Amino acid sequence: MRRLGNIALLLAILAAVVASFAYLGMGLGALVEGDNLKQMGAYAARFLQPDLSSGHLQAIGRGALETLAMSAVGTLLAAVFGLLLALPAAGRFGGVAQSLVRLLLNALRAIPELVWAALMVLAAGLGPNAGTLALALHTAGVLGRLFAEALENTPTAPAEAIRLQGGGQIAAFCYGTLPNLWPQLLAYTLYRWENNIRMASVLGFVGAGGLGQMLYISLSLFQEAQASTVILAMLLLVLGVDALSGWTRQRWVRTG
Amino acid sequence: MSLRLTGASLQHGNGVQALCDVDLSITTGERVAIIGPSGAGKSSLLSLLASALPPSSGSVELLGENPWQLSARARQRLRTRISLIHQAPPLPPRQRVVTAVLAGKLGQWGLGKSLLNLLHPVDIPGARAVLARLDLTDKLFAQCQQLSGGQLQRVGIARALYQSPELLLADEPVSAMDPVLAGHTLNVLCRHAETQGVTLIASLHAVELALAHFPRIIGVRAGRIAFDCPAAEVTPQLLDALYANEQLVSPPAPAATLSLQLPRC
Amino acid sequence: MLSRDTRDPAALPRLLLTVLAIALLWPGIQLAELNPGVLIAGDSQSEMGHFVSAFWPPAHSPDFLQLLLDATLQTLAIATAGMAIALLLAVPAALAASRALSLSAASRGGRPGALGQALRWPVRGLLIFLRSVPEIVWALLFVRAVGLGPTAGVLAIAITYAGMLGKVYAEIFESVDQRPMHVLLQAGSGRLAAFAYGSLPNAAAELTSYTVYRWECAIRASVVMGFVGAGGLGQQIDLSLRMFAGSEVASMLLTFLLLVLLADTLSRVLRGRLA
Repeated sequence: MRRLGNIALLLAILAAVVASFAYLGMGLGALVEGDNLKQMGAYAARFLQPDLSSGHLQAIGRGALETLAMSAVGTLLAAVFGLLLALPAAGRFGGVAQSLVRLLLNALRAIPELVWAALMVLAAGLGPNAGTLALALHTAGVLGRLFAEALENTPTAPAEAIRLQGGGQIAAFCYGTLPNLWPQLLAYTLYRWENNIRMASVLGFVGAGGLGQMLYISLSLFQEAQASTVILAMLLLVLGVDALSGWTRQRWVRTG
Repeated sequence: MSLRLTGASLQHGNGVQALCDVDLSITTGERVAIIGPSGAGKSSLLSLLASALPPSSGSVELLGENPWQLSARARQRLRTRISLIHQAPPLPPRQRVVTAVLAGKLGQWGLGKSLLNLLHPVDIPGARAVLARLDLTDKLFAQCQQLSGGQLQRVGIARALYQSPELLLADEPVSAMDPVLAGHTLNVLCRHAETQGVTLIASLHAVELALAHFPRIIGVRAGRIAFDCPAAEVTPQLLDALYANEQLVSPPAPAATLSLQLPRC
Repeated sequence: MLSRDTRDPAALPRLLLTVLAIALLWPGIQLAELNPGVLIAGDSQSEMGHFVSAFWPPAHSPDFLQLLLDATLQTLAIATAGMAIALLLAVPAALAASRALSLSAASRGGRPGALGQALRWPVRGLLIFLRSVPEIVWALLFVRAVGLGPTAGVLAIAITYAGMLGKVYAEIFESVDQRPMHVLLQAGSGRLAAFAYGSLPNAAAELTSYTVYRWECAIRASVVMGFVGAGGLGQQIDLSLRMFAGSEVASMLLTFLLLVLLADTLSRVLRGRLA
């Protein structure tokens, strides 16, 4: 019976794939026929000679720093708010607060960063501020949920012992729970920073500053040579942040 | 009267009856040892005395007040005068010994000072002095995860001493230490209790240590007090009756020795 | 003696770290032009306020709902078609890049000879390149190349996800127990046959699970790519945003949340069933 069910499922998936192509009105053939491929090839070839003039490189340097700052500040803000929201989300302030905050966190994370960026551009105008706020809002939702789970899995004995000797709630949290918790928090934050640097690069497509905005503009002006330099810079930035994050994790999270 | 239990019973959430109708009164400055077989209710008794758990029936009076008739804030203030030394010290592995010891006074410090202490220890000489009494000054800035079981227990004791409570409760405080170190540490605790006029109640597995250091012995068995008498009046018959275990049939040994129990990691 | 008593060995490193953090944070905030006050400031308050107040009630005229349905179906179609093409590209790439199929590895306990490694590197490099460039950049490039609309979205997903799927498939092939396949290889069977009979049965569950998970990600990515003109729900949200049509944006955001929820449920059911 199960085999029949699985086969039926596979057939359904196949049907869905075919239906998708039909709905979009594109056959695979249309892509590779005649001119299309040649056009795409010619377009791609224009990228093979990146513009490396010093003026452009300086602009890229500034854009890269802006992107880096957006991702770092956004992630940092998100970590702070995520921790604050994680406390009610883990049930420290009762069931009602927990449900409400969890709903808020889900809403924050469900909306993609780019959509947040578009909304923030509306609110804050063009520029990296919109991008930073967008990253902060989305990542706060993600980190809030991760932090809440980590908080629920932390042993409570140290904090309870502090309460038993007369300490206050905040002191019990800082002395009993936080020392066990913060390596995990740091790991999650670094992991999101790696993701956010990629995101920060592209938020500029909706006007939120950084390398993304430069790429969008150069592509719109059909300046492929400049655009390819920006893409190279994006790749280098991503690789650099990945390396830095890995080193920090080695140093602070695994050992010591 | 330092503390008094009247008809106190304790039933855990899972239905296990830990203590049954316990009557107990201890005056200020007394030193009492609680002994008994595993699972007899020694830890539950100490939890009751530390106001960690409310009694299911009966009443508890600590330092002249019933903690469960006080407001939460007043109860916290009462708790600053009581200290419970845990068998497995609840110390975060990455916390440094100096911070763990200074945490003893968190109940007496305001929030500002507590948070400042995390950035830079506010009373290093005080922590050093307390650790010196337990021969641990060289570990002042080590992380708790770098210590052995016996050293961790001594840090727990140091924290309690730094807190300077009026009522000092200890749950198997020396279980992870070798006999010589255990005796020495109990000495330190008892001298502290004598000189500061502090009431000291300790549960111990090793009966010889209890008899050697404490003038009053309470035997607990199956959640009830089996006997409560001065150390000199504790007879081998009383101990046999206390530790008798119908299920275990061991061959007669020439000299029975009680083994030290190591805390769970 | 007294100064030795009160010195904390961790004080200096902590101070240095704090100084470093501030030294990096201050210019960072300047560069990011951070100004959260903007969210509650006077000017944008009226614009933003009008926009947000239009969220309720969300647009629900029959025409609009039809448009919404079309856009959602288009998004689903983009994701599915894109994944299908990605699969077609990823499977051969993974087979070529994976050390699992190396003949030399069969005789050397799993590590290919020098030539074997050299031949695999270009394929691996290509896969890494394909997935390192964010899919929305590909979407933007394809929009410029083939025009606005869902084709650009399908191609962007196909390329990026081919890279992702290819790399993970290769890793899954290598993580499965190699011995059944090596035995077949040494017995003289062809590489693909040895793979299909030796490793594939063990790897199938993980492969399916990852593919379904990626399909779910593709749906989200399709919506995001719509913002650069690659069709689907995203393009509609972008249009409504530009027109400050708050109620329409609210409807579409709700639809998006529902879509994501649906995809998540479907993905879990499929993974439970097939994997």
